Amino acid sequence: MGIASDSPWARFRAEFAESRLAMLGLALLLVIVTIGVFAPVISPQNPYDLAQIDVMDSKLAPGEKSADGHTFWLGTDDQGRDMLSGIFYGLRISLGVGIASTVLALAIGLAFGLVAAYFGGWTDTIIMRIVDIQLSFPAILIALVLLAVLGQGVDKIVIALVTVQWAYYARTVRSSALVERQKEYIEAARVLALGQGRIVFRHLLPNCLPPLIVVATVQVAHAIALEATLSFLGLGLPITEPSLGLLISNGFQYLLSGKYWISFYPGLALLLTIMAINLVADQLRDILNPRLRK
Amino acid sequence: MLAYAIRRFGQSLFVLVLMSFLVFVGVFAIGDPIELLVNPQADEVERLRTTAALGLDRPFLEQYWVFLKGAASGDLGKSFVYNVPALTLILQKLPATFELALVAMVMAIFLGIPLGLYAGLKPDSFIGRGIMAGSILGFSLPTFWVGLVLIMIFSVQLGWLPSNGRGETVLLAGIPVSFLTASGLAHLAMPAFNLALFKLSLLIRLTRAGTREAVLQDYVKFARAKGLTQGRVIGVHVLKNILIPIVTVIGLELGSVIAFAIVTESIFAWPGTGKLLIDSINQLDRPVIVAYLLVIVTLFIVINFVVDVLYSMLDPRVRLGGAAAAH
Repeated sequence: MGIASDSPWARFRAEFAESRLAMLGLALLLVIVTIGVFAPVISPQNPYDLAQIDVMDSKLAPGEKSADGHTFWLGTDDQGRDMLSGIFYGLRISLGVGIASTVLALAIGLAFGLVAAYFGGWTDTIIMRIVDIQLSFPAILIALVLLAVLGQGVDKIVIALVTVQWAYYARTVRSSALVERQKEYIEAARVLALGQGRIVFRHLLPNCLPPLIVVATVQVAHAIALEATLSFLGLGLPITEPSLGLLISNGFQYLLSGKYWISFYPGLALLLTIMAINLVADQLRDILNPRLRK
Repeated sequence: MLAYAIRRFGQSLFVLVLMSFLVFVGVFAIGDPIELLVNPQADEVERLRTTAALGLDRPFLEQYWVFLKGAASGDLGKSFVYNVPALTLILQKLPATFELALVAMVMAIFLGIPLGLYAGLKPDSFIGRGIMAGSILGFSLPTFWVGLVLIMIFSVQLGWLPSNGRGETVLLAGIPVSFLTASGLAHLAMPAFNLALFKLSLLIRLTRAGTREAVLQDYVKFARAKGLTQGRVIGVHVLKNILIPIVTVIGLELGSVIAFAIVTESIFAWPGTGKLLIDSINQLDRPVIVAYLLVIVTLFIVINFVVDVLYSMLDPRVRLGGAAAAH
């Protein structure tokens, strides 16, 4: 703590770099995010532009060449789409859905958790009862039912993912806010007669953030996995916006006839994404947890 | 104890009615089942007749009231697709789901606790680290992905195990079960392992963490000092003390195993309730969706109650009434 010359950010970076595995995860994650962001630029073809795909190229094995001579490094699917391009676009959608739903759920959970902890009493009881009831049911069941009702679509799956996630944040925020609320700086802010909104959002909130960042990082991976599962079951995204889960689902029927690549490579991309996020999240948790600090 | 049970029962009933209303409102909003049920060539008269026969022309609240009255007497409506009572349909499929869930849970317990104990006793050994790495993988990989890889390896590449269905079943007390026939066991192996993997990883972590804490406690040192064998120290003194959180988690996870069976059943075409739910959602078979959810919610409530009671019996420090009042 006492090293005056180091900025907190530099110390944070140094601590993060201590684990080689975490650095590997971070590097992998950066590559994956870059691919997702620039998918339309770097993909060999636009897999959803019908003018660019040819049914004659369908179900080619990895490394085979198309009629006009370019190579499909990861093979093609039943429509003749280049799997590599499909995975690049799929990453874009999976990451987008995962991050968007996590940020929204974080905002909602944060607001409810803070309000519950700060005001206590009835407000607290009602909010936490809802959280308890919701958390007693598995996320997948709630998401399934919601999607069955809402139908398919990117916005619908984000709604479903936000609904199942906000409660985790609300609970995490509440427990750290309950501790923070007792501290002297909050008392000082009250004595200064600051507005309640200001106390909650300018004083309480920044001090509850670290544990939340860890939960949120892990939750991005969970959200991506859950979205993939729902899409695999045919309840998530429409076929016009295929995430990794939908690509895997699409290839599932060809798996038994030995055409493994239609499912396998999107699955590998999903696996690497989830592992990379988890490696980074684990290291973040170790750094931000003061009990583990040397 | 009795007062506690009655209060819990009242709460549960409230949750159940609330859920039924939410689900009913939700399911009511899904598409128009008539579109799927009536022959596309049918004329308007035929369509109206079917709509009236299914009671779909009446106002929403009336439909809900009819449903509630039926539900009170155990009638959750008839499946639009199969034209049999929805509850019967679910009860027929329930044994398959229960069998899968129970075998998965047994697998998770009998692999997870010994592996977790080993990893907890020798956390820095090669095997101990390997077990932990495996459990992290099992934790973070989506169930359906693992299922696909299992099929790819054991069905497609090696050709050892069948990838779908239940195989041969025999009647055990009037209920068809797979685990007593060779073909049934072969069919059960992959889906059960697939479903068990997440719980297995969870149990490994829990047992390992518990063991690492317990071996440092004075009562373990004392047991060692008494000259007890390693087997007895671990089997009795360590295991007994780490079992309380493990039993709770096992109980609580039983419900989620049944929910996660939806995914596993879909991958391995296991003819249980989860597959029925997905099929019903795709066919807009409203009564079956509603009935499934009510059955599952009831199951959850019962499981949670039993776990709470068992917990208080295992650990006398937990008092049920007090715990409920403190909330």
